Amino acid sequence: MESVILQIAARHMRPLLIILSVIVLYRGHNEPGGGFIGGLMLGAAYILYAMAFGVGKTQNRILFSPINLTALGLLIALLSGVPALLSGMPFMTGEWVTFFANSAFELKLGTPLLFDVGVFFAVAGMLMLVMFSIMEE
Amino acid sequence: MTTGLFIALLILLAFLAPLTRKYLKNAAGWLYALLPLTGLVYYLSLLPDIIDGQVITETYAWIPVYGINFSFYVDGLSILFSAMVLGIGTFILIYANKYMHTYPMRSRFMGYLILFMAAMQGIVVSGNLITMFVFWELTSISSYMLIGYHHEKPESRTSALQALLITGFGGLALLGGFVLMGQPYGSYELSVLFSDPDLIRSGSLYLPALILVLLGAFTKSAQFPFHFWLPGAMVAPSPVSAFLHSATMVKAGVFLLLRLNPVMGGTEAWHIMLTAFGGFTMVMGAWLSISQTDLKKILAYTTVSALGTMVLLIGNGTQYAINAAIIFLLVHAMYKGTLFMMAGNIEKMTGTRDITKLGGLYTYMPLAAFIMTAALVSMAGIPPMLGFLGKELMYESKLMAPTVRYLLLAATFFTNMVLVFLSLRLSLDVFWGKTPQYAKTPKEPYFPLLLGPALLVMASLLLGALPGLLAGPFTAGAITATSPLHPALKLKLWHGFNTVLLLSFLTLLAGAILYRHKHAFIRFAEKINLKYFAREFSKGFYKAQNDFLVFTKLQTSRIQHGYHRFYLMTIFVVASALVWVVIWRADPIMLELNFADMPLNLVAVLALIITAALSAVVSHSRVIALVAMGVIGFGITIIFIAFSGVDLAITMVMVEVLMVILAMAVLYHLPKYTKYSDTGARMRDGLVAAVVGVFMMVLVLQAGTSQLDIPISEFFKDKSYSEAFGRNIVNVILVDFRALDTLGEITVIAIAAIGIFSMIKLTKK
Amino acid sequence: MLFLLAVVIGVLYGSAVYLLLRRNIFKLVLGLIFLGHATNLLLFVASGLTSGYPAFLRNIAGETEMMADPLPQALILTAIVIGLGVTAFALVLVYRFYSVTKTVDLDELSENE
Repeated sequence: MESVILQIAARHMRPLLIILSVIVLYRGHNEPGGGFIGGLMLGAAYILYAMAFGVGKTQNRILFSPINLTALGLLIALLSGVPALLSGMPFMTGEWVTFFANSAFELKLGTPLLFDVGVFFAVAGMLMLVMFSIMEE
Repeated sequence: MTTGLFIALLILLAFLAPLTRKYLKNAAGWLYALLPLTGLVYYLSLLPDIIDGQVITETYAWIPVYGINFSFYVDGLSILFSAMVLGIGTFILIYANKYMHTYPMRSRFMGYLILFMAAMQGIVVSGNLITMFVFWELTSISSYMLIGYHHEKPESRTSALQALLITGFGGLALLGGFVLMGQPYGSYELSVLFSDPDLIRSGSLYLPALILVLLGAFTKSAQFPFHFWLPGAMVAPSPVSAFLHSATMVKAGVFLLLRLNPVMGGTEAWHIMLTAFGGFTMVMGAWLSISQTDLKKILAYTTVSALGTMVLLIGNGTQYAINAAIIFLLVHAMYKGTLFMMAGNIEKMTGTRDITKLGGLYTYMPLAAFIMTAALVSMAGIPPMLGFLGKELMYESKLMAPTVRYLLLAATFFTNMVLVFLSLRLSLDVFWGKTPQYAKTPKEPYFPLLLGPALLVMASLLLGALPGLLAGPFTAGAITATSPLHPALKLKLWHGFNTVLLLSFLTLLAGAILYRHKHAFIRFAEKINLKYFAREFSKGFYKAQNDFLVFTKLQTSRIQHGYHRFYLMTIFVVASALVWVVIWRADPIMLELNFADMPLNLVAVLALIITAALSAVVSHSRVIALVAMGVIGFGITIIFIAFSGVDLAITMVMVEVLMVILAMAVLYHLPKYTKYSDTGARMRDGLVAAVVGVFMMVLVLQAGTSQLDIPISEFFKDKSYSEAFGRNIVNVILVDFRALDTLGEITVIAIAAIGIFSMIKLTKK
Repeated sequence: MLFLLAVVIGVLYGSAVYLLLRRNIFKLVLGLIFLGHATNLLLFVASGLTSGYPAFLRNIAGETEMMADPLPQALILTAIVIGLGVTAFALVLVYRFYSVTKTVDLDELSENE
């Protein structure tokens, strides 16, 4: 099924959705959003693309294959618990670092955010893995 | 530290051996033997410190709250057993590596053998009942591997499974017994138990605990009626029999009885049960060995008999009896280990171990003949071998037995007489007498195969010849540890002319007379066996096992009929009934129908959900079902939005879209709906569904109107910003407070994804 | 409002159970999906209904008293995503089931072992 409208839409939607998913991921700690929602969006970006151009072409465009993306996500989530261990706290205790404190660009980064990144990749990878498998049939 | 480390090293070696054996070839046995040898030297060096009843303990915390620890307790008894396990183990490793050099999978075999050694050593130095249980089970499992070594033979598999089932059953009983024993103390540490030995004996749990512990000991030590697994286990290669079935595995039960004697022993129940079962096993084992022709089977039945003897002596519990038990234990380990190894040698060199097909081997293997005969002399209890000491003490203890003295004496006399008879038979009929036609000319066994037997026989001779100097100190610590009230006796080879010596002499005479008329005697035994023991226990067990399997299969197919609908129906009906009970007992629901809080738009959404759900149920069209699915999903999304579940709503929207797409992709490949159920079934299912629906509705009303406790969420609300720097509490819970749960969850979805991937990609087309 | 929601949940559970008892394997999965929805909703409703005050901290006095309970929401959020995983798995299983057995009737499976 080749649809020009879908292809054009998918081509332009993909980067937008990716950027949006990252924004949703980052702001999730304070506003609606987070790793789950972001991950679903990221997955949706590629699924849309795959619907328009086929799975084979889509897989050429991604850095990680879906299965590796899932594994990467799990690994990041797991590793996010390690810094706490190093400072003698129980596994997965949150640790935070603040950049540019008290300025307009205040940036707080912490292991919970890292954990959320892991969730983000894992969910996106799982989604793509499932959808690509079925779409290829 | 040392004991724990040593066992850890043994286990490590067990896993390294299969990997390294093929590179080390013939040197493997010698190299591996260095480890048990080191242990042997270490434990023997502790002997002088331990002789007065001192103890060396080590503890590694495991579950200290329940009094469960990995702890070790080394006293005289442990050292005696360690010496047997490691001493014979050293020779066995050398022997086995040579013996098995033509067998396939011998690398793995060495691993199992060493693993078994580690487990056995673990039992004898355990300082905690639970630790002991762990090692106890490990011996059962590793011996299963060893007995079933020839796994391509059905006979081998059956025997291995039989041994595993029986010892496994005993192990389970033992665990129960241990738990009961630990109750009055609140601890499973041996040191705690020994500090107050009367606590368990005087408690109400004593009898059940005793029965369970004895079940464990009797199954492991092949006491009647569990004896049959031991002769069956003779299908194992000879190194296994020489190690497991002479000095170690089967002695574990005896060890347990000795170990627990201070806390469990001395009561009437103990006395009666051990005497009865031990005595019966002793006589029965001896009797059944008479008519056997397989060399290893003869040895197996005499082992059963010897184990019975030990149990009987422990049950007697007098000073003489305990002394006799310990000495006999040592005696038996030494001659039986030798005899099993020699049986293996004979089989290897001649190709048979049927004694009616053997004879005249002295001309081919004089050294072997000498070693085996020396071991048999010990078995027959002739001076100056150590066996003589054992028998003397045995008779002496019987003469001093508190009850049924003459019955016990007669039983012991009979057993020893049979042992003399068998010793003569195994020596004279195998090495002298008529020489049959051998398939290949036998020759002297290789050096590694003779080393162990030779050294064991020499040790037996030395210990026997110098009892006061060697055997005495060696066993004194064990005797003190077993029965603290009775010190060890002074051992002497010569007691003067007394009743005991007379009895010894009569035994030899009777055995010799029996041998003189062996054909008549064996025929007589066979006739009686055919009449009374025709039904073999192992066959009976095998049948029971099969019947049980048939029964369970029948039972399972009744309950697990395979129709998912009826499983589900059972679950739903039972669950509804339980919910009904809870609701019935709860306070009545205070329901206020307030139409003001029902915004019309929301009511419309709810009505839409209900319509969609019902149409999905009744519709014959798959498309309608799919649409209904979507409608319900989006309807729920709206409910989430209306009641402050923002993140939920966003997630739900995306998930719902994906789910519908997925369902559509799959449905595309499926056939149209067909009508499967008749109207009756539909009515029945509808009724069940209605019942569940109504109950769930009532449940919601109940749950929505009652507040049981302050929700834990207050904590999350408090700490979300102050400690986790997040304003979105739901997200903070997911990634910080309960991050481990989330990690589990994404693992689950990753597994689901891999499952889907493999179902589609990795199936054979 | 609670009453109406209770009715919705009841209907969802009822439909789910009815579908689960069907012989068609696709309806079984459909029932599974409905059951998941019903349970999510049950959890959500049972934790109390709060209109217009999601669980975000905005530094307003007394806000923790008014806002929705975040814990059940976190629970449901995980449940939704896991539900997606399980449903996807079940759907693909149905697909494989059909392509191997060429039937969607579960009873035939039991009879053929």
